[in-house]
Amino acid sequence: MSEKIGVYVCHCGTNIAGTVDVKGVAEWAAEHLKHRGVVIGRDYKFMCSSLGQELVENDIKELGLTRVIVAACSPHLHEKTFRTACERAGLNPYLCEMVSIREQVSWVHTDKVAATEKSKAAISGGVERVIHNEPLEPIQVPIHADTLVVGGGIAGIQAALEIADAGYHVCLVEREPSIGGHMAQFDKTFPTLDCAACILTPKMVEVGAHPNITLLTWSEVEKVDGFVGNFKATIRKKASYVNTDSCTGCGICWEKCPKKVVDDVFEAGMGIRKAIYRPFAQAVPKYPVMDVENCTYFKNSKCKACQLFCPTEPNSINFEQKDEILEVQAGNIILATGYDLFDATRIPQYGYGKLPNVFTSLEFERMCNAAGPTEGKIVLRDMKTAPKSVVVVHCVGSRDENYNKYCSSICCMQSLKFAHLVMERTGAEVYNCYIDIRTPSKDYEEFYKRVLEEGGHFIRGKVAEITDAARIPEEEGKLIVQVEDTLIGKQRRIPVDMVILSAGLEPRHDAKEVGKLFGIACGASGWYTERHPKLDPVATMTDGVYIAGCVQGPKDIPASVVQGAAAAARVLGKIQQGVISLEPIRASINKDQCSGCRICNGLCPFNAIAYIEDDNVSDINPALCQGCGTCVAACPAGAISGTGFSNEQIIAQIDGLLLRNLEPAGV
Amino acid sequence: MSEQFEPTIIGFTCNWCSYRAADLAGTSRMKYAPNVRLIRMMCSGRLDPTFVLRALSSGADGVMITGCHPGECHYIEQNYKALRRFLLLRRVLAGLGIEPERVKLVWASAAEGARFASETTAFVEEIRKLGPLNWGKTDDRQQTMDDVESSVVNRPSSEMEVPA
Amino acid sequence: MKQYAYYPGCSLESLATSYNLSTLEVAQTLGVDLKEIKDWNCCGATAYFPVDELLAHTLVARNLALAEKDGLSDFVAPCSACYKNAYFTNAYLKKDPDLAEHINYALEADNLHVNGTMKVRHLIEVFIEDVGLDEIEKKITHPLKGLRVAPYYGCQLLRPRKDQENVENPQFFESLLSALGAEPVDYPSKTRCCGGSLIITNRKAALDMVHILLQDAVNRKADVIATTCPMCNVNLEVYQGQVNREFGTQFAIPVMYFTQLMGVALGIKPEKLGIGKELVSGEPVLAFAY
Repeated sequence: MSEKIGVYVCHCGTNIAGTVDVKGVAEWAAEHLKHRGVVIGRDYKFMCSSLGQELVENDIKELGLTRVIVAACSPHLHEKTFRTACERAGLNPYLCEMVSIREQVSWVHTDKVAATEKSKAAISGGVERVIHNEPLEPIQVPIHADTLVVGGGIAGIQAALEIADAGYHVCLVEREPSIGGHMAQFDKTFPTLDCAACILTPKMVEVGAHPNITLLTWSEVEKVDGFVGNFKATIRKKASYVNTDSCTGCGICWEKCPKKVVDDVFEAGMGIRKAIYRPFAQAVPKYPVMDVENCTYFKNSKCKACQLFCPTEPNSINFEQKDEILEVQAGNIILATGYDLFDATRIPQYGYGKLPNVFTSLEFERMCNAAGPTEGKIVLRDMKTAPKSVVVVHCVGSRDENYNKYCSSICCMQSLKFAHLVMERTGAEVYNCYIDIRTPSKDYEEFYKRVLEEGGHFIRGKVAEITDAARIPEEEGKLIVQVEDTLIGKQRRIPVDMVILSAGLEPRHDAKEVGKLFGIACGASGWYTERHPKLDPVATMTDGVYIAGCVQGPKDIPASVVQGAAAAARVLGKIQQGVISLEPIRASINKDQCSGCRICNGLCPFNAIAYIEDDNVSDINPALCQGCGTCVAACPAGAISGTGFSNEQIIAQIDGLLLRNLEPAGV
Repeated sequence: MSEQFEPTIIGFTCNWCSYRAADLAGTSRMKYAPNVRLIRMMCSGRLDPTFVLRALSSGADGVMITGCHPGECHYIEQNYKALRRFLLLRRVLAGLGIEPERVKLVWASAAEGARFASETTAFVEEIRKLGPLNWGKTDDRQQTMDDVESSVVNRPSSEMEVPA
Repeated sequence: MKQYAYYPGCSLESLATSYNLSTLEVAQTLGVDLKEIKDWNCCGATAYFPVDELLAHTLVARNLALAEKDGLSDFVAPCSACYKNAYFTNAYLKKDPDLAEHINYALEADNLHVNGTMKVRHLIEVFIEDVGLDEIEKKITHPLKGLRVAPYYGCQLLRPRKDQENVENPQFFESLLSALGAEPVDYPSKTRCCGGSLIITNRKAALDMVHILLQDAVNRKADVIATTCPMCNVNLEVYQGQVNREFGTQFAIPVMYFTQLMGVALGIKPEKLGIGKELVSGEPVLAFAY
C-alpha cells in the first residue's frame, strides 16, 4: 500500500465526543487500519477551526499524506472547508473525503458503544473509498457571449434589456406577433394604478430599437443542442407573409382586409381583429402578420385585398413567403414563457361560457382598457348596460383541490383592483368573495384598506354556485351568487348584474414539452423547478438555463421584473467569467470497452450521451453530464466509469463499512 | 449488550434528498437504530444492483436503498430507474434463495428526517426478524462472490435494464 | 349478448314497482339481458352506513358476492342509492385488504366470498354506454317530440366521481333524452340533493329542497321531471302537495322514471311501464308520444 492516509476525528465540542469515544476511534484507526495506509490518527476539539485545518495542512506537508479522511459533521457542511485546506497544503482537494459521525452517528444514537463502533466502521469505509479517489481538476468550458431569451413578456423584456445594456448581444424569441405578453393586455397595474401601457410601451420600444437585441417575433424555438456556454438553438420564424424590409406598418392592409376574426389571444375573445393583423396599436415590432387559417385568399385563392391596397414600393405583402429556420448560438438561455389563464369553463357551477354576464379576469382587463373593445367602459355582455352590482370571485381554479392546490398569488390584488375600478367608473356595489385576502408586498395592504374605505363589500367564503335560477322576484333576471359568509355563519344568495372570475394562473399548456426541449423539469404543479427554492430561484438544474417570471411560479409584475433582472445578472456573471468551471463529477466511456449497445443513451435525462455511428460507440459530453451515475450502473460492459463515484470506490467503501479490510488480505 | 441479534445493514443514499434527510434527522436529534451504515452516491440511479449483492455477500444482513420521491429527482427522473432495478433485483434475490425483503427501497425528501429515522428503525426490526444472512461468512466467500459476479454482474445487468 | 347481474333493491319491490316494470320492459326491448341476483338483500340505503360502517359494507358485499358467484361481470342497480353503496363497498374492499378480510369472515357463515371483481354500474350507464344512443334512437317508434323534460340526476348517481366526468354539469342524461326525441331543459338544479331521507327526520328542510327542485323545473317550463332513483321520485312527486301547502305554490308537475319515458318512446304500452299509478298524472306526457 503506497498511500499515506491521515485520519482526523472531530470532537465538535461535546456534539460528537459526548456520544462517541473520539480518542479511541482515532487510535483504533491508526492501529487497525495501519495496513491499509493510515499513518496518523488524530482527534481534535474543532477540526473546522483554523487550528484544526492547520493540523491537516501540517501533516500533509510534514508526513507527506496522500489521502485525508475527516470524520466530523456532514460533508454538506464542511467538505469544501477541508478540501480547500488540502489544496492549500498542495494536495489535490478531491483526495480528501469526509465521514459524517455527527449527523449520522452522535446526534441520532444514544448507546455510546454502538455509536463508537459505527464511527469506526464509517471511517473504515471512508479510508477504503479514499484509496481509490483520483486527483481531479474542474472542467473548464468557454462561454459564448450571446444570450437567448425565450418569451417577450415583462420578465423576458427586462432580462433582455439588462443584458443588452451591459453590452452583450441578446436574441429575444416571442411566439406571438408582438412582445409585451400579458402585461400589454392589462389596463391598470396594482397598487399604484398606473397604466400598464404607459410603463410597458417605452420598454418594448427600447427592445425593438436596441442595437444589441435581435428580436424574433412570430417565432418558436424548435430544438436546443449543446450545453452551458455553447448552446445552439433552432428557431422557426413563421411566415408572416409581410416583407418587413418594405412594410411601414401603416395599417392600410388590415383596414382593407374583409375578414373579421374574434381575437381570442390579445382581446381574450372580447374583440375583433382582421385576418391580417397587428394585435394592438403599440405592438413591437409594428409589422402585421397574416393568420393563414382565417385569410380568405389562403382559403379559396381569392381576395388579396391587402396586397392590392398596400401602398409601399415594393409591395410588402408576399403570399409566397415560407417559414424560415434559423440557428442561434448562445452561451446562456433565459426562459420567460409566462403562464396560461385558468380555463374557467372547467368549473361549470360558476357558469362561465353559459351565463353571459360572467367574465374572466382577462376579459375584464380588456374591457377596462381604454384601447380595448369597449373603450374602457364597464358594461354587460350586451356592450351597453352598466352593471349596478358586481361580484368578484377570488381563487377561481386556485387553492382548490379539484383544480390547482397552489395560490396564484396575484388574484387578491387583481380582484381589489377590479373592485376599485368598478366602483370608480360605475358606482356599482361590489362584493369580493374571498377565502383569505393576501396582500403581502409593499403598499399592497394599504391598497386593500383603500378599497375597504371606498365601500367595497367583503364576504369571506368560497362561492358555491353562480346561477340564473331565481327563487324570489328580486332575483329575476340577475345572476345569483350562492356563498357561505363564514364570518357570520350564514348562507347568502347575492343577486347581481355581473360576476368577474379572478381566474388563477396555470403553467403554459405546453410547459412540459418546452421544458424537455431545454432540459429542465416541472414540479408537481407544472411550474419549472428552480435550482433552489430560496437560494437559487432563477437558475435551474441544467447549467446555463435560467428561468424568470411566471414560468417559475405565479407572480406579479414587480416580482417578474426582479426575476428577469436577476436572471440577467446571473447570465452576465457567467459571461464575465469567460470560462466556467464545472464540478468534475462526470461519467466517461472507455471506447475500447464500449460495445455500442446504446443502453445508456436513453437513460440520460440531459441528452449527454450520444452514439457515434462511425466508431460504433457511445460518447458522453462532459459539459452536459450532471454526474448522476445512472449510466455507469447500467453499462453491461462496465465501459462507463464515474469520476468521483467509481465502482471501485463504492465497492471498496462497502467492504470497508463491513470491516472486511481488517482481515489480512488474500487469505 | 443484549443477546438479541444486531443486524448489519448498508444504506445507499442519494446526495440530494435522502442523505439530506439523514442530515436533518441528525440536526433534529431524532433517534434511530445504529445498525445502518450509509454510503452517499450522487443519485439512487447510480445504484448498480451489484453493489447490493456485494454488500449482502460481504456480510450485510440487509440493504436499504433511498432516494428522492418520484417526481422530485435532482436528475429529473433517475430515481424511477432505481425503482425499476430494485424491482428486478428483488426477483433475482428470490432466485438466489435470499429473502427479497432484505432489500428495501425508501423515498425520503430532504425535509423528511423523521421518515428517514422511522423507516430505518422499522427496517432494522424487519431484518432482525429475518435473522442473520450469513452469506459470505463461510471460507469460500471469494468463491461465492466470483459466482455472483460471473452470473449477475457481467451479463444480466443488461437484462436488468428496462429500456427507457 | 352479455348478461348483467340485476340488483333491483327494496324500493323497486314496493313503492317503485313502476320503475322495476319499466326497467325490465325497456331492457327486453333493447336486448339487455338482466338476470336478477337470487336471494339479494337490502343495501342498507342511506341509513345504515352512519350507524355501523363495517356491517353496512358487509350487507352490500353479500349482494356483490352473490353476483360474483353467478360468474357475471357487471352489477347493475337502477336505484342511485343502491348503486352508490355497491360502488363504494366494491371499491373499498379492493383497496383495503383488512376490510375485505372482515367482510369475508362474516360472509363465510353464508358460504360466500367477495373479491371485488364486479364492475358496479347504474342502469342509465348500461343503456347509454353499452347499448348506445344510436342504437336506442334506431328503435324509437314514438319520439317524444316537443316534450320538455327536466333531467334530474340527483346527487348520488354522480357521487362515485369518476375520471374526467363532469359531476357539476353532466350531459349524458340530456343526450339520452334527445335520443328519445324529447327536449331536455337546462335544469340548473339537476344535481342538487332532493333531501333524501331527511323528509322523515327534518321535514321542513327537505321540503325546502324539494321546493327548489320543483320551482326550477317549472321556471324552465318543463312538462315532466325525469328521475333515475326511487327516492328522488318519491320526494319530488309525493311531496308536491305538502310543498304547495307550505309555500303557497301550485305545483302539479309529473315526475317519471327515465325508463318510463324510454318505454313510451320505444312504443311499449303505458300500463306495462307502470304508468297510471302516479299521484301527479303522467297522462299529459303520453299526449306527446301518441
